[in-house]
Formats: sequence, C-alpha cells, structure tokens
Amino acid sequence: MSKVHVSTSINGDAVEFLCEPHQSLLEVLREDLNMTGTKEGCATGDCGACSVLVDGRLVCSCLMLGVEAEGVELTTIEGIAGEGGLHVLQQKFLEHAALQCGICTPGFIVAAKALLDKNPDPDETTIRYWLAGNLCRCTGYDKIVRAVQDAAQELAYEA
Amino acid sequence: MGAYAYLAPSNVSEALAALQREADAGNRTQMLAGGTDVLVQMRSVDRGERTFVDVKHVEEANHLDIGDDEIFIGAAIASAILFENEELKGILPGLLESSDLIGSTQIQGRATIGGNLCNSSPAGDTIPALIACGAICVIASPGGNREVAVEDFVTGVGTNVLSATEFLIGFRVPRPQGKSSSAYLRFIPRTEMDIAVAGAGVALTLDDSGTCTAAKVSIGAVAPTALVVADAATALVGTKVDDAALAAAADACSVAASPITDKRGTVEYRRKVVGVLCKRAAGIARDRAAAL
Repeated sequence: MSKVHVSTSINGDAVEFLCEPHQSLLEVLREDLNMTGTKEGCATGDCGACSVLVDGRLVCSCLMLGVEAEGVELTTIEGIAGEGGLHVLQQKFLEHAALQCGICTPGFIVAAKALLDKNPDPDETTIRYWLAGNLCRCTGYDKIVRAVQDAAQELAYEA
Repeated sequence: MGAYAYLAPSNVSEALAALQREADAGNRTQMLAGGTDVLVQMRSVDRGERTFVDVKHVEEANHLDIGDDEIFIGAAIASAILFENEELKGILPGLLESSDLIGSTQIQGRATIGGNLCNSSPAGDTIPALIACGAICVIASPGGNREVAVEDFVTGVGTNVLSATEFLIGFRVPRPQGKSSSAYLRFIPRTEMDIAVAGAGVALTLDDSGTCTAAKVSIGAVAPTALVVADAATALVGTKVDDAALAAAADACSVAASPITDKRGTVEYRRKVVGVLCKRAAGIARDRAAAL
C-alpha cells in the first residue's frame, strides 16, 4: 500500500504530509500531525466534534480523506486564537461556562466561528440550526447559544 | 488483489481513462464526491479496498449553467454552494430545499446532489425533487455521454444504472417557464438531521387564470426507489389546485406508495403521511407559481 504525498495549508502554515489513501483528515491531523485539538466523537459525521474549516467552509474532518486536503486551506481549532490571546468565542465559552467535559468544545468553537464569519448578527434560531450538527451531552446547549450570542455582540462592538 | 488508492482526474476524459485502467487491472473503483456517505459506509458496512476517483476536480462536474431554456448542475457542486445561489433558489426551489434538508451545516459543505442520487437510497431527499423538476442525468461513458431520466436511474436499494467505467457528470434540468414552480417536503420525527420517513416533490405550471396546465409528482422513502405518481399529477392538471384536487392527489400518492414497516414508521403511517406531504408540497408549489 503506497502512501500519498499531500501539500496543504493548515492555519496559515504550509504543511506537507504522507497518508494512506483511505485515512480520514481527522486521523491525519490527530495521529500523524499531532494536532489533537480536533476531537473524534462519532467518526460518522453526526456529532461535529471534528469540525474544521476547508477553504473557509465548515466540514467534518472525519468525512473527508486526508488526500482531499491537497491544495486547500485548512483551519483547525489550533488556528482560532490570535497572537494576543484567546478568540472572543473562546473567551465567551469560558465566561458562560459553555463547556463541561470539553470534548465537543473545539468543534463548537470552529462551527460558531464559521457562522459569525458568514453572519455577524445571527438570531437564536439561526445559531441553533447552524450548530445542529454539533452535539453536546453536558451543557444542554443554552449556555453555548448564549456564549455565541455574546461573542457576536462583542465582535460587533469591536468592528 | 487490490489496495486503497486515490485519483483526482481534472476532466471527463481523464476520469474515464482512470476508471477503465482500474477496471482492466481488476481493481474496484468508487467515485467520490462529497464523501459523506462513502466514508461512513467504508467504516461500517463495506470496508473493501478500492480506488477512489474524486469527481470534485473534474472540470465538467463543477459547471453550473443557468440558461434560458435549460439549467446544468454539475454533480460535484456542494449543496451549501448551490443553496447560496439566490437565482437558482428562485428557479428550482423544490430541488434546492430538498438538498438543504440533508444533514448538518458540516454535511452541507461537502455533500452533493449527484452523490445523493448515486448513493441511491430509497430515502434520498433530492431524488423525488429531481424527478419532479424533470432532471436528466448526464453520464460519462466510454462510448460518449449518455442520458438517463432521474426516475430511470435508480434500479433498487443502493443500486443504479452506472457501470464501473461510467460516472455521473451532472444534471440537465428544463428551466421552468411562465408560472411554474416546485416544492419538496419530507417528514422526520425531529426538526433536523434525520432520514425521511416519507417525502414528496411536486412541480407544476399554472396559466394566467390559475389553472394547473402541467404537473409532476414524485414520492420517496415509501418504496425501494422514488416513484413517479402520474395519477397525482393528473388529479392536479386542469384544476385550480384547490382542496378537492389536493385531496385527490394525496389519495393517489397513498395508493401508489408501497412502503415497509421499520423503526422510522409503519406501512399504514407512511401511506397516510406521504399523501399529506404531497398535498402540502403541491399547495406550496401552487402559491410559489402564482406569485411569479
């Protein structure tokens, strides 16, 4: 079985890796590149814990082959915080206690960032539908929705 | 024999050559679009080694052409990209709402209408919507392109007319003219992220008096493949799509359905619900057409 050479960009850095043709992007990130911020929940695209951005579009990295990363720009949870510290979404998740066990949190942060990049002022219904592909078994979702709403407000003030 | 491999041809002729080469070598091939079904199946029911042939880099499968008479939708275009196209949403609302119903935001970013059809599930949401709007599959084949109406594409549960050396390039859809519109509805027990218990796609045309002059109705998840319900269309044509016509169309769908009982619903329930969905979808399509 021959490995495939892939050239991609992860969080702004040029990255090259070798992977098996059937390895998921999630497996490549976690097991080969040691980028373990992206979590594996279900590995079947149902839970959203492995959410990453591919050319700015939200996808489940468990439903994408590593070889499909050739030539794209990937953003993972490791690329969300700026040099000055946490991203507003990360800060608001802490302030609102929008995480308990934390496994779903990277996926929620990446998904919420994709939403706010597209729609800076989403209403609650929009937030809940957008995040329907991210499952959390601890919080009951309300605190997550409040954190995203608060982050949207703060980003609006900053703008 | 065989191993996993990945190929990313950049056009139809390269893709056909790749499929032929792999077939000649005795290797199993699998076309890969969004991968949202393929990767799940690869980890569960079918772990067999194969060569993936990625359609997402095939130029022709990424075309979206909105012409005066016809629309071409490439098989590799992600659902989210289609749904962001306001012009297309106005022209083919039934098809776009059917693809937008599938999966989460994350799934929408990868999944394609072409992939939904080629997966050939009885419950594929885009299939009744494609049939209702008269979509024709454009299939790349070693002897040249061939065309198959969507209602003739799926041959059974998970099976279709494609041979191992063919693939779906995209769809030709007649552009709705005048007061023509469409709608798709499905029933699921939740509001999001589920598989249809039943679905109904309706496309129809009204004249200036509001009388229906043409209609096509297709139902899904109530038989091994999506069904065309000619009697439901007949019940709508020549009427103002009033309550009596809608009730007759609903009855025709309930009669045409041959569902199974499973964890999502019983035979009796699905028969009833598919009629209700037809009635409501036809009403939505009527109102949309009247507003044009």
